[in-house]
Amino acid sequence: MILDSKIPAGPLAEKWTKHKFTSKLVNPANKRKYDVIVVGTGLAGASAAASLAELGYNVKAFCFQDSPRRAHSIAAQGGINAAKNYQNDGDSVYRLFYDTIKGGDYRAREANVYRLAEVSVNIIDQCVAQGVPFAREYGGLLANRSFGGAQVSRTFYARGQTGQQLLLGAYSALSRQVAAGKVKLYPRTEMMDVVVIDGQAKGIVTRNLITGAVETHAAHAVLLCTGGYGNVFFLSTNAMGSNVTAAWRAHKRGAYFANPCFTQIHPTCIPVSGDHQSKLTLMSESLRNDGRVWVPRTQEIADKLRKGQIKANDIKDEDRDYFLERKYPSFGNLVPRDVASRNAKYVCDEGRGVNETGEAVFLDFRDAIKRDGRDVIEQKYGNLFDMYKQITGEDPYQVPMMIYPAVHYTMGGLWVDYNLMTTVPGLYALGEANFSDHGANRLGASALMQGLADGYFVIPYTLGDYLASIPPKKVEENHPEFEKAKADVKARIQKLLSINGSKTVDYFHKRLGKIMWNECGMARTEEGLKKAKADIQALKKEFWSDVKILGTNEELNQSLEKAHRVADFIELGELMVDDALNRNESCGGHFREEYQTPEGEALRDDENFAYVAAWKYMGEGVQEELNKEPLVFENVKLTQRSYK
Amino acid sequence: MKLTLKIWRQKNASDKGGFVTYPVDGVSKDMSFLEMLDVLNEQLTEKGEDPVHFDHDCREGICGMCSLYINGKPHGPLQTTTCQLHMRSFNDGETITIEPWRAKAFPVVKDLVVNRSAFDRIIQAGGYISVRTGGVPDANEIPIPKTIADLAMDAAQCIGCGACVAACKNASAMLFTSAKISQLALLPQGQVERKTRAEKMVAQMDAEGFGACTNTGACEAECPKGISITNIARMNREYFSAVVSSDNV
Repeated sequence: MILDSKIPAGPLAEKWTKHKFTSKLVNPANKRKYDVIVVGTGLAGASAAASLAELGYNVKAFCFQDSPRRAHSIAAQGGINAAKNYQNDGDSVYRLFYDTIKGGDYRAREANVYRLAEVSVNIIDQCVAQGVPFAREYGGLLANRSFGGAQVSRTFYARGQTGQQLLLGAYSALSRQVAAGKVKLYPRTEMMDVVVIDGQAKGIVTRNLITGAVETHAAHAVLLCTGGYGNVFFLSTNAMGSNVTAAWRAHKRGAYFANPCFTQIHPTCIPVSGDHQSKLTLMSESLRNDGRVWVPRTQEIADKLRKGQIKANDIKDEDRDYFLERKYPSFGNLVPRDVASRNAKYVCDEGRGVNETGEAVFLDFRDAIKRDGRDVIEQKYGNLFDMYKQITGEDPYQVPMMIYPAVHYTMGGLWVDYNLMTTVPGLYALGEANFSDHGANRLGASALMQGLADGYFVIPYTLGDYLASIPPKKVEENHPEFEKAKADVKARIQKLLSINGSKTVDYFHKRLGKIMWNECGMARTEEGLKKAKADIQALKKEFWSDVKILGTNEELNQSLEKAHRVADFIELGELMVDDALNRNESCGGHFREEYQTPEGEALRDDENFAYVAAWKYMGEGVQEELNKEPLVFENVKLTQRSYK
Repeated sequence: MKLTLKIWRQKNASDKGGFVTYPVDGVSKDMSFLEMLDVLNEQLTEKGEDPVHFDHDCREGICGMCSLYINGKPHGPLQTTTCQLHMRSFNDGETITIEPWRAKAFPVVKDLVVNRSAFDRIIQAGGYISVRTGGVPDANEIPIPKTIADLAMDAAQCIGCGACVAACKNASAMLFTSAKISQLALLPQGQVERKTRAEKMVAQMDAEGFGACTNTGACEAECPKGISITNIARMNREYFSAVVSSDNV
């Protein structure tokens, strides 16, 4: 299949405006005849559901949590980018576009990224109008801070809880539509499958997590706003419930999966403390504005530190290696995430790690506190410092924080065209669930921007163009495809419950996570990936013959919920490995050890790999088919990314 | 660490429920409270016993999904969420009692899981500013004094976990409701619907079966986000002034 990205012709800056005009419209009186399903209620889902309901469509919104307000967007800390140029420091839509394309290591579409930068300014206006209490200066105007990968201050924030405030804003807009009767909410409901009739998405199958009831829902279009798949690594900064199931089921029903190996390892997380650990906690990237990253200059000093013979604060300046400032003088501690993470790994591999496991570096606020005073630092980062203290038992005002990279975000996701439609007509993917805007590496404060851009400002236009092409006739649930999809889901539940093996679901999840982290994590090799593929295939067999799930379907059964998700993660893991094996280059978060510059930076191969790898599901146990969407760069020049 | 856990087990909403005692061994001080329960659940599953069900998601203290009434206090001994509580707050050999939130408006679903959808309905009654997507003024058009924006942010930090209700002897939801009313009443954007919002949200809160406030301050003392009880005072002011000059015609 030729992948048609449907990118409008014309100059970059005019594409979106022109596209909005040429898109078909649904007459206001007809909008109420169309039903739209939105799965997931994070930034993308809540904003899309609210905006579409405001337009007049009938929306059904689903989430697995007990309330739409709990979606994991809520945990985003640092901020949201927008090209407002309120700081008069040289920002512009074009600069945000350029920074994002470059930050993504030239593996994203120009047109999508430009549109993202363009609508970023509307997002801030929208959120302020909803009552989002962004940080302000004494004059009453909005405050900004700087973030990794940029040399301007364009990040808007609400203390260290920007995601929370933006999500609650979108949730309030959603709640207004629920009250108006235009959105029907289905909390504690998990999507189990997509229903495709004559090649078009016409509904979904769900499981009510309280009663176990398997139900079908019909609609004219289905929007997947279901987030990323970082939990394939077991340990990540994602919420415990974050999963790939909705996207994976869509994939198996015909939606191509793009760039699955592009995963982001975030540099500033609290290091792993033991085997019991269930998740990793992020410390916002904004901390790198004031914190300085360092390790001891030599392995001997690091050894003494690990044995407790000396303390961090005893180490003199000349014995400290501020390795990011040393290697990247112009960006310093604010290099993009992939670069910061990889360098932390390097110094730890050299034996200069600073905690007992040897897998941690310092993030030190000593100099910032000396310069600005404790009050200023407390105002900016107070809640993050408290959280750190709570988890580690150490006070970052007194001793440097210890951090280490952890899986945080997945740039890969369902392939979508410029309209955010997947390869299945009528099936859309928004936010982290799609692949489109961040290339091989996402810049900080860009995820919130993308989620809200997709939901508030893109889908309301592009969905109408599709709906206008299909008749406003009710989609009936009595079509045999609904019954068939429902029966498939029920059969799978029965199969899982009947295995009655000896190992818990978490046992398999942890093993999968280890394979993925070791072989498909921060650094990858052909040999390791091949081994990982064999290991995952063996693990899949073992899972389906030895997993132990107690209880029944007809009750709240958290083991059964997890089992569904882990079964899908195992299959996704294999595809990620295939994708990483195929991409014989290093770019952004995908680092193949065979492909690096003499200085250890990622070595891209634009001649052979400037494409989106979109995988097509070919059936159980069959190798997936690779489809390539060439990336055409008409406006930016592809260069070796440099932050030196 | 070795611990004895007394946990509320209840098969479903109609089951009577009761405490069951479980010994757990090999607990490390660095574990979070929920990780300790994960360990227990792994052991129970291996033995063929139904694992203890509890709500949780982000495990970084912000989604508000985790709950648990631990040794008579919502979210346990510290003023934080249960997911941010670590076992270093307990002693070796201790007995820990774990219950669900107890409130008429939060019925138990199973074990430690309760239904908090009443909170969603309170927000749906008016916890928003009625703007539609698009067509709004520039974000810097209306300056807001930093002090006011900060106060609004203090109130907006509520995570909707329900600890305030669980802590209150009357199971009152005044702290939760007042946090949203305060946030929006403080901001210039929230002025237009200020009165109707207060009236409608308070009416919904009452309709859900939450109790009245008697100013004991238990909610503020247990709130993991430090939402201040002054918000309740502001809500009362908002409500009474709304009632005497109602816009609801």
